[in-house]
Amino acid sequence: MEHITLLIGIVIVTALVFDFTNGFHDTANAMATTISTGALRPKTAVAMSAVLNLVGAFLSVEVAKTISGGIIDEASGIRPEVIFAGLVGAIVWNLVTWLAGLPSSSSHALFGGLIGATLVSVGTHGVHGEAVVMKVLIPAVAAPFVAGLASMAATRLTYRLARGRDEADTAKGYRAGQIASAALVSLAHGTNDAQKTMGVITLALITGGVVAPHADPPLWVIASAGLAIALGTYLGGWRIIRTMGKGITDIQPPQGFAAQTGAAATILASSHLGFALSTTQVCSGSVMGSGLGRKGGVVRWSTAGRMVAAWALTLPAAGAVAAGAAFLAGQGTWGVAAVAVLALGVCGAIWAASRRKPIDHTNVNEGPAAEPVGVVTAALRAVSPPPAGHPAPAVETPAVDAPADAPVPAQAAATDTPTTTAPRAQAATVTR
Amino acid sequence: MTIDWAALGQVFGVTLVVTVGLVGLFTVGIVGTSRKPVREGEAAAATAPGAGARAGALAAFALCAAAVAYGIYLIVAA
Repeated sequence: MEHITLLIGIVIVTALVFDFTNGFHDTANAMATTISTGALRPKTAVAMSAVLNLVGAFLSVEVAKTISGGIIDEASGIRPEVIFAGLVGAIVWNLVTWLAGLPSSSSHALFGGLIGATLVSVGTHGVHGEAVVMKVLIPAVAAPFVAGLASMAATRLTYRLARGRDEADTAKGYRAGQIASAALVSLAHGTNDAQKTMGVITLALITGGVVAPHADPPLWVIASAGLAIALGTYLGGWRIIRTMGKGITDIQPPQGFAAQTGAAATILASSHLGFALSTTQVCSGSVMGSGLGRKGGVVRWSTAGRMVAAWALTLPAAGAVAAGAAFLAGQGTWGVAAVAVLALGVCGAIWAASRRKPIDHTNVNEGPAAEPVGVVTAALRAVSPPPAGHPAPAVETPAVDAPADAPVPAQAAATDTPTTTAPRAQAATVTR
Repeated sequence: MTIDWAALGQVFGVTLVVTVGLVGLFTVGIVGTSRKPVREGEAAAATAPGAGARAGALAAFALCAAAVAYGIYLIVAA
């Protein structure tokens, strides 16, 4: 460890910051539907998820090896500055999507950032294009369909089997089952995503010559990565939780159970077979599937569309930010410092913007949720210039969410008032 | 460049079977332990599940618990 330079130290800290944003960005995956069906109270849910993420971080190092050894060609002269720039791109994109309440993939942000930075600093030969397609793009496109179809079939089945039974009678059982599934998702998330950070830190250590290529991550790397993701998870990305738990569709306990079980099964099956599947796409897909599986269930396609647009933009947008950062950081020490200062400034600005309409554990379940998200995004678009690569259907948003203007002031003013009584169907039937 | 359709199909198949199987099994458990629905014209009170239904439900829940345990084993052993 005595060989760690200041630059590698900065990279490690940045990687842990990314890990932290990864944690609070992805809390929604395991816990959004658990919170919205009332299976667990919001704070309990994030605490449980945080503990399981931490445990999961210690359980496996398989993915960490894949990422540091597969997508980026470590032998082609990747320097720590490049990794640093890639991380900055990933963090910035994660924060932008968090502000918009969109569950985009943290892994894709990381891959996009690393790829963008590598392209600028090393050139096209530094990226294994085939590995990108095989390990990132194909699983990402397949994940929502696999998880969505499985959840849809499971939702249909469970409603059919339990038809005629009193909902109040079965809800408790469904909620218990959902907690178990959510716990599995959290655990799997810890084993998957904490390892991406481990992979990146290990990659930095390899490029700095501190550890041998293709080595296992040292224990302190595993511990710090696990702690960072757990802390992020506990703080909770409530904006994204609201979108996934309430915004995409209205989740009933049977749907929540089916969706969460489908997500857990998809993640475990895929990671067991060596695919780096993105938890976000799996979980969003299974939520949509469960929405389609219930008779009379409605998926709010405007929200889903914004989400898919964010997915498509994640790789290029994070890559673009990282490419800029890599260009600047390549200018020398002052360049690295400038990137760090700029990144801190952007993070601060985004955080300040988020305080205008805070969403936390007290109001996370307030609906009708598609509208608050839409209004928040619209408001943010009005006060701040849209970040490069914001979801395309910006024009459509105000039109679709227009009827929401009435309930929103009341909701923003009184955070404690349960506003769930507002006509939910309205959101579903807006077609103008 | 070749896409590994076999692995993809395998993931999809396993996911579908496991999800539907587990959710179905768990629902059987829930149905077995919840009260029977009240039919119009019959007795007003919902009837509690019988001993057989209860045993079947317990077996279903036990299988689900085993599946969760296997899931944890997969995570740990990976």
